[in-house]
Amino acid sequence: MNEMSDWKRSTHNIWVLFRRELGGYFATPIACVFIVIFLFMMGIFTFYVGALYERNQADLQPFFNFHAWLYLALIPAISMRLWAEERRSGTLELLLTLPITITEAVIGKFLAAWAFTASALALTFPIWITVNYLGEPDNLVVMGGYLGSLLMAGGFLSIGSCVSAMTRNQVIAFVVSVVICFLFIMSGFPLVLDFFRGWAPQALIDVIASFSFFSHFESIKKGVIDFRDLFYFSSLIAFCLYLNVLIVDSRRGG
Amino acid sequence: MNRIEVDDLHKRFGHIHAVQGVSFTVEQGEVLGFLGPNGAGKSTTMKMITGYLEPNHGAVRVQGLDVQKHPVAVKRNLGYLPEGAPHYGEMRVLDFLEFIADVRMLGKVERRQRLQQVVEEVHLEAVLYQSIETLSKGYKRRVGLAQAILHDPPVLIMDEPTDGLDPNQKNEVRALIKKMAAEKVIVISTHILEEVDAVCSRAIIISDGELMFDGTPAELCSKSERNDIDHAFRLLTTRGANS
Repeated sequence: MNEMSDWKRSTHNIWVLFRRELGGYFATPIACVFIVIFLFMMGIFTFYVGALYERNQADLQPFFNFHAWLYLALIPAISMRLWAEERRSGTLELLLTLPITITEAVIGKFLAAWAFTASALALTFPIWITVNYLGEPDNLVVMGGYLGSLLMAGGFLSIGSCVSAMTRNQVIAFVVSVVICFLFIMSGFPLVLDFFRGWAPQALIDVIASFSFFSHFESIKKGVIDFRDLFYFSSLIAFCLYLNVLIVDSRRGG
Repeated sequence: MNRIEVDDLHKRFGHIHAVQGVSFTVEQGEVLGFLGPNGAGKSTTMKMITGYLEPNHGAVRVQGLDVQKHPVAVKRNLGYLPEGAPHYGEMRVLDFLEFIADVRMLGKVERRQRLQQVVEEVHLEAVLYQSIETLSKGYKRRVGLAQAILHDPPVLIMDEPTDGLDPNQKNEVRALIKKMAAEKVIVISTHILEEVDAVCSRAIIISDGELMFDGTPAELCSKSERNDIDHAFRLLTTRGANS
C-alpha cells in the first residue's frame, strides 16, 4: 500500500473517519432525538410563527426565515461532542496515534456532522411538497434556499467544532458555541454594531457587519446566489477548520 | 532496523519536569518492561514514543525514522494500547475492529485472516456484536489489545496490558506477548513486578522522570541482597529509604 499517493490515502482516511463518525450518530439516540426535534420545530416555526398558509404565497420564505435561529440552538448540540468527547474519554489518544493526520481527522469529523445535518434538513421535504401542492413556487429559489441553509449550517458547525476542540466539557462547548454563533448572526444588527460604533472606524464596522450570517443568508434564500455569499461561508468554514487543526495539535496532551 | 531508539527525552508540563533525559534502545526480540511508581513518567514516555506527545527535547526513532518528522509513517508500523484502553463506547466490538482495519488499510484477504486470528487470540468471539460500553473491564482491555495488534505491527507499545484482567486472562495475555516477541519490538508498562519476570527480557525503572535501572530481570533481582524483585524495586524508587 506504500505506493498509494498521499491524496488517495488522505481521501481514504477521511472517508473511513467520516463513516465511523456518522455511524456514531445513528448508534445512539442522538440522531433520532435531533431529527424529531428539528422537524417539529421547523413545522411550528413555518406554519404557526411564519404563517405559511395565511400568507397565500407559494414560496418557502417563512420556512427559511427561521433557520438561523433554529440552528443557533441545535447545531451546537451536534458539534459540542465532536472533540470534547474524544478528549474526555481518552479516545483522542487512540485517534491521533492511528496513521492519520490531524487535518484528516478534523475534516472527516466535520463532514460527518455536516452530512448528518444535511439529512435532517432533507427530511423537511414535506414542507416543500406542500407548497408545490398548493401553488407553483419557483423551485430554483427553493433550491437556492436549501443550499444557503446548508452552507449556513456548515458555518455554525465549523465554529462549534473549533470550540469543541478547546475543552473536554461538552456543556461548556455548547454554551460557548451558542454565544459565538449568536454574535455571528447578530453582527449585522445594532446590538453588536453599536458596541463598536462610538470608537471604531467605519471600515471596521463594515467588516464586522459583513460577517453576519443573516445578511449572507438573506440573499441566498431569496434565490440570489451571489458568489460573495458562497465565498463567505466556504472561507468561514475553511478558516474555522484550520483553527480547529491548530487547536487539536497544540492541546494534544490536555 | 526493527528497533526503538529513545535519545535524551525531556518533557515538561508547566513547572513539572515529567521526563528528564531518558535514553534507551530496544531491539527486535526484546520485551521491555517499563516499571516505576505512579506519576514517574512511564506513560508520558510511551506517549512520546508513539508520537502522541511532543518532547521538549530529545528524539525518538522507530525503525530509524524520527517520530517528530515522519509521524504517519511511524504510526503505520506501530501498535499502541493507550493507558486505560480508551474505546468508542457506542461502537460494537466488530465494527470497532473493522474501523481499525480500514484505517490500517488491510487488504481484503489479510483483513479477514487478521480479524479472525486476533479475535481468537484475545477471546472476543462471545462479544463481537455487543457495544463496547456494555462490556466488563477485562473485555474492554482485550478490545484495546486486539486493536493494537490487528495489523501485526513490527513495533508494539502497551500501557498496562494486563490491568483489569483476571489471573487466567493475565496469563493468556502474557503468553500472547511471549509468542509475538521474536519478530517484534515490544514495550509494556506494568505495576505487577512478577510480570516482568514472566514476560520481559529486560526491565527499565523510571522514577521521578529519571532512568534508575536498565537491565535484565535477574540483574534487577540481584540489586537486592534478598534477591527479591519487590525489594529491589523499592530500593531503586525510594532513593535509599530503608525497608
